[in-house]
Amino acid sequence: MIPTPALEFRPILPEILLCTFAIVGMLYEAFARRPDPVPHLAIAIVGIGPAAVTAYALWDWSGPSYVLGDTVAVDRFSVVSRFVLLGAAFVGCLYYTHYASRDPGSFRGEFYPLTLFATAGMTLITAANDLIVIFLALELLSLSLYVLTGITGRRRASEAAMKYFLLGAFSSAFFLYGVAMAYGAATSTKIVGVAAPGIVQALAGQTGSQALALLAMALLVVGFAFKVSAAPFHMWTPDVYQGAPTPVVAFMGAATKVAAFFALIRVFDVGLQPLTWDWTPVIYGLAVVSIVVGSVVAIAQRDVKRLLAYSSIAHAGFILTGLTAANSTGIGAAMFYLVAYAVVTLGAFGIVMLVSARGEEQTSLDAYAGLARRSPGLAALMTVFLLSLGGIPPTAGFIAKVTVFSAAIGAGNWPLAVVGVVASVVAAYFYVRVIVYMYMREPAEGIESDDGVMPRIAAGVLAAGIVVLGIFPGILTGILEPASIVRW
Amino acid sequence: MGTDLRLDSVSATMILVITGIGALIHVYAIGYMAGDPRYGRFFSYMNLFVFFMLMLVLGANYLVLYLGWEGVGLCSYLLIGFWSDVPANAEAAKKAFITTRIGDTLMLVGLALIVFRFGTLDFEAVFGAAGTVLTKDAATAIALLLFAGAIGKSAQVPLHVWLPDAMAGPTPVSALIHAATMVTAGVYLVVRSHVLFELSGVALTVVLVVGVVTAVFAATCAVAQQDIKRVLAYSTISQLGFMFMAAGMRAYGVAMFFLVAHAFYKALLFLGAGSVIHGMHDEQDLRRMGGLRRLLPITFATFLVGALAQAGIPPLAGFFAKDAVLEVAQHTGRAAVYALGSIAAFLSAFYLGRVLFLTFFGEPRSDRARDAHEAPPVLWVPLAVLAVGAATAGWLTLTPEGRLTGFLEGITGPTPAGQGVAVAALAAVATVISLVALASTWWIYGSGRVDWVGFRERLEPLPRAALNGWYVDRAYDTALVQPAKAGAWITAYVLDARIIDGAVNAIGGGVKLLADGGRHLQTGFVRSYALAVFLGAVTILVYVGVRS
Amino acid sequence: MIRLPLVLLFSAFLFSTGIYGVLARRNAVMVLMAIELLLNAVNVNLIAFAAELQDITGVVFALFVIAVAAAEVGIGLAIVILLFRNRASINVDEVDLLKW
Repeated sequence: MIPTPALEFRPILPEILLCTFAIVGMLYEAFARRPDPVPHLAIAIVGIGPAAVTAYALWDWSGPSYVLGDTVAVDRFSVVSRFVLLGAAFVGCLYYTHYASRDPGSFRGEFYPLTLFATAGMTLITAANDLIVIFLALELLSLSLYVLTGITGRRRASEAAMKYFLLGAFSSAFFLYGVAMAYGAATSTKIVGVAAPGIVQALAGQTGSQALALLAMALLVVGFAFKVSAAPFHMWTPDVYQGAPTPVVAFMGAATKVAAFFALIRVFDVGLQPLTWDWTPVIYGLAVVSIVVGSVVAIAQRDVKRLLAYSSIAHAGFILTGLTAANSTGIGAAMFYLVAYAVVTLGAFGIVMLVSARGEEQTSLDAYAGLARRSPGLAALMTVFLLSLGGIPPTAGFIAKVTVFSAAIGAGNWPLAVVGVVASVVAAYFYVRVIVYMYMREPAEGIESDDGVMPRIAAGVLAAGIVVLGIFPGILTGILEPASIVRW
Repeated sequence: MGTDLRLDSVSATMILVITGIGALIHVYAIGYMAGDPRYGRFFSYMNLFVFFMLMLVLGANYLVLYLGWEGVGLCSYLLIGFWSDVPANAEAAKKAFITTRIGDTLMLVGLALIVFRFGTLDFEAVFGAAGTVLTKDAATAIALLLFAGAIGKSAQVPLHVWLPDAMAGPTPVSALIHAATMVTAGVYLVVRSHVLFELSGVALTVVLVVGVVTAVFAATCAVAQQDIKRVLAYSTISQLGFMFMAAGMRAYGVAMFFLVAHAFYKALLFLGAGSVIHGMHDEQDLRRMGGLRRLLPITFATFLVGALAQAGIPPLAGFFAKDAVLEVAQHTGRAAVYALGSIAAFLSAFYLGRVLFLTFFGEPRSDRARDAHEAPPVLWVPLAVLAVGAATAGWLTLTPEGRLTGFLEGITGPTPAGQGVAVAALAAVATVISLVALASTWWIYGSGRVDWVGFRERLEPLPRAALNGWYVDRAYDTALVQPAKAGAWITAYVLDARIIDGAVNAIGGGVKLLADGGRHLQTGFVRSYALAVFLGAVTILVYVGVRS
Repeated sequence: MIRLPLVLLFSAFLFSTGIYGVLARRNAVMVLMAIELLLNAVNVNLIAFAAELQDITGVVFALFVIAVAAAEVGIGLAIVILLFRNRASINVDEVDLLKW
C-alpha cells in the first residue's frame, strides 16, 4: 500500500509554470500559420517571469522543509539556483530571438519550449531531494539540450548533437547505476528522509552496505562530472560548444553547470555527507585534472567557442576546488563562483554570437582581429568578460577565484590552490591573447559585425553586473550566505 | 585629523614671505619668461607651487604638511626641468627629485613613528603629549628622521648636491623656490617640531652641527664658482646653514628672522642675477662679465643693496640676521660655533664681493658684456621693491627684545639669553670682518692691481676642487650611483632577462607543447570520448576500491 | 528465491556488455541499443534490490527508467536520422568534423 503524500505544490510552482508555458509554446508552434519569434519569446517570458516570482516567494518559506513525500526540498539554496537558471533561460531566449532574426530561414520555434523544459529540469534538479527526481530532472534537461544542440540541423550541429547525446546517455547510465547502488545501500532514494530514513540517515547509521555506498558514490561522481564537464569526462564539451548554435551554448554553458553543480552539492554535501572522507579525494583529483587540462589545452585553440569550452572545463575544476572544502564556506564559494561564471558565460557567448554573424562561420580568433576598431563596444564588453574569466580584478571572476582558493586552503588543500593559481597564470595567456587580437591586430577584410541592439544591451547589463560584483562582492555574498547552508 | 589648517605666528610669517616675495617674483617672471613657448605652463606650475607651499606652512598636522612637502618637491622637479629639451636640465631635475626623496623617505618613516606612538599627526596633540609619551631615545629617533627630511629639502650637507644643479631652472624659479621659500621649508619643519627636538637634545646638537658644517662648507664652494647662479646657490646653502645653526641653539625666533631677511636679499640677488643674465643674452659666466654698472645701473644699484645686505653691512637686513645668530652663539658659550660662523660670514662677504666686482666693475671682458642692456621696468620694479625690503628688514628686530622674535615667542619660546661680550662689540667685530672681506675682494678683483686669473691658477688645485664642490658629487657617483647602476644592470640583463625570462619562456614553451599534445587527444571520434568516460569511471572505482 | 549477489553480478555483466557495445560499435543505432542495455541492467538491479529489501521504491523507479529509456531512444533516433540526412551515413567513426 503506497501512502498518499500530502500535496503541497507551491514549492514546485516555478517548474509547473515553466512546463505549462513550454506546452503552450509547443501548441503555438504547432497551430500558428507562420511561426514568429516574437510571440514565442512573449510566451517564454510569460513563463519565466512568474516562475521567478513564485521562486522568490519561497525565499521566506515557513512550511515543511521537504514536500511532496520528501521528494522536493524547499530551501534558499534552490531559490538562488532557480534565479540564476531562469535568468540564463531569459538571456538565452533573447539571444536566440536575435539569432533567428538574422537568418529567418533557420528559425525553429521549438527552441523556446525546449529551453523552458530544460530550465524546468535544471531548477528541479537543484531542489530535488530524491535520486529518482534527480534522475528524471537530469533526463529532462539532457534530452532538451540534445535537441537544442542540433536544432539548426546543420552538419556541425547535428554532429555535436550526436556526440552529446551518445556520451550523455552513456554517462547517465553510469549515474543511474550509481543511483541503484545507493538505493541498495540505503533502502531509500531520498537524500534526506523525514517520514522514513533517507540515504544520509542510513549511511550515518551504517545500516546499509558500505561497499554499495562507495560504489554508488563513485558512479554518481561520474554522472555529475560529465554534466559539469570535469576532466576526464569533458571530451564532449569542446565539440558541442563549437558545433551547437551560439545562443544554445550561452544558455547551456551557463545553466547546465549551475544546475549540475547545485545538484552535486546537495547529493554529496548532504546525502553522502557521512562519506565525506571518501569523496573529497575524488573531487580533489577531478579538480586538478580539470584545471590542468582546461587551462593547458585551451592555449592551443584558435576557435573562440572551443577556447571558451576549455575555459569552462578549467572553471569546473576551480569550482570543484571550492567543493573540496565540504563545509558551508566551500559551498558558498562554489555558489558565488557559479553565479559569476553563469553571468560571464552568458555575456561572452552573446558577444561571440554578435561577432560570428550569419551562420557560424566567424568564430575563429581571426574574426576578432581589430574588433576594437570595428565595434569598440563589443571589444570592450568582451574584454570585461575575458578578464573575469581570467580572474583579474576588478571583476567578479577575481573575487570568485579568491573565495574558492581560500575555501580550499581553509580545508587544508593548499596544494590544490597552488595548482589553481599556476593554472590561472597559464590561462591568462589565452584570455589576454583574445584581447590582443581585438585591440592590437589589423582587422581582417570583409568581416562585418552584427549590430543587434538587444543582445548588446543584455551583454552590457551582464558586464556591468560583473564589474559591480567585482567591486562590491558583498551584494551577492550577503544573499548567498543564508543560502549556502544545506543540511539535513 | 584631516585637512585641518592652522594659522599662528609662525605660519603667518611664512605666508607673508611666500605670498609677498612670491608676488614680486611672479611680476618679475612676467617679463623674464615673456616669449617662452610654454609661458602658460610656467605660471601654472608656479601657482601650483605656491598652493603646495601654503599647504605646507598652513597644515595643522603632519599629514597636510607632508602633502605640501611632496607637492613643492614635485613643482620643484617640474620647474627645474622646465626647459627639459636640454638633457642636462632634465638630469638636474631628476637629481633634485631623487636626492630630496632620500630625505623625504626618512621623514615619512618619522611620521609613521609619530602615528605609531601618538596615534595622531596633529601638531597640538603630538606636542602636547610628547613629554609623557616619548622616551628620550624615541624623541631622538623621530626628530632625526624629521630632520633628515629637512636636510634633503633645505639642501644641507650631505644632501646639498642637488641645489647647485637646480640652477638649471629659470631664474625666477631659483629665486622663489631655491632661495626664498621651498628650501626654507626644512627650517620651518624644525621650528614647528622644536618640541620634539628639544625633548631629544641630541637632535638639536645634530641640527647645530649640520648647520655649522654646511654654512662653512658651502661658503668655501661659493668662493670658487664661475657661474653667477651657482655662486648664489652655494650661498643659499650656506645661509640655510646659518638658519639651522640658530635653530640648533634653540633660537627659533632668530632662525625665522634669518629666514625672512634671507628671503628678501637672496630673492633680490637671484632676480638681479637674472636681470644681468637677461641683459647679457643668457650669459652666466662671471669671467665674461665686467663693467656692467654703467650699462645696467638699476640692476647694479639693487644688486649692490642685496650683496651688502648679505655681506652684513649695517644697517641692512643681513647684518642683523647674521649678527643675531652669532650673538646667540657667543652668549651661550659656543665659542667654536661663533668662530666658524664668523669664518662663514667672512667667506660670504668675500664671494659676494667677488661677484659684485667681477660683474659690475672693471672693463667688459666679452662682446656680450659690451652690448648688455638694462632690464625693462617689469624686471627692475620688483628688484627695487625687494631692495627696499632687503635694506629695511632688519628693523623687524631692531628693538632689544626683537619685534619678530617677540611676535613668534608664543610658538617658538624665548630666544636663549646668556652672558657674553656686549652686543655692540660683537656688531663692531662682525662689521669689521665684512669690511675686510669686501676690501680684500676689491683689492683682488676690483683694483686692477692683482692678476686674479693668475692668482687663481697659482692656488690650484684648491679652486678646482672648490668649484666642483670638493668632489662630493663625484664621490657619491663612485660610491653609490655607479654600484647601484651596475647592480641594476645585473638585475635587468642577467637576472631578469636571462634567468627569470629564460625560465618563464622555457615553461611557456613547454606548456605550449603540452597544449598541442593535449589538443590531439581530442580526436573527434565519439567512441574515443566514450572510452575516456569509461576509463575515468574505472579509475575512480579502482581508487575507491583500493582506498577502502 | 535467487540470491542477491548473483543478480547483481548478472546485471554487472549486462552493464559491461552495454559498455562494450558503446565502445565497440560503429553503427549509431547499435550504440543506441547498447545504451538501452545499460539502462536495463540498472533496471535489473533496481528490481533485485526492491525484492531483497521488500521496498516498492525500486519497482516504481524501474518503471520511470523504462519511460525515460523510451524517450531517450526517441530523441536518439531523431538525432541519428538528422545525422543520416546530413551525411548519408550513421557510422559514428565518420563523424569527426569537430575535433582538436
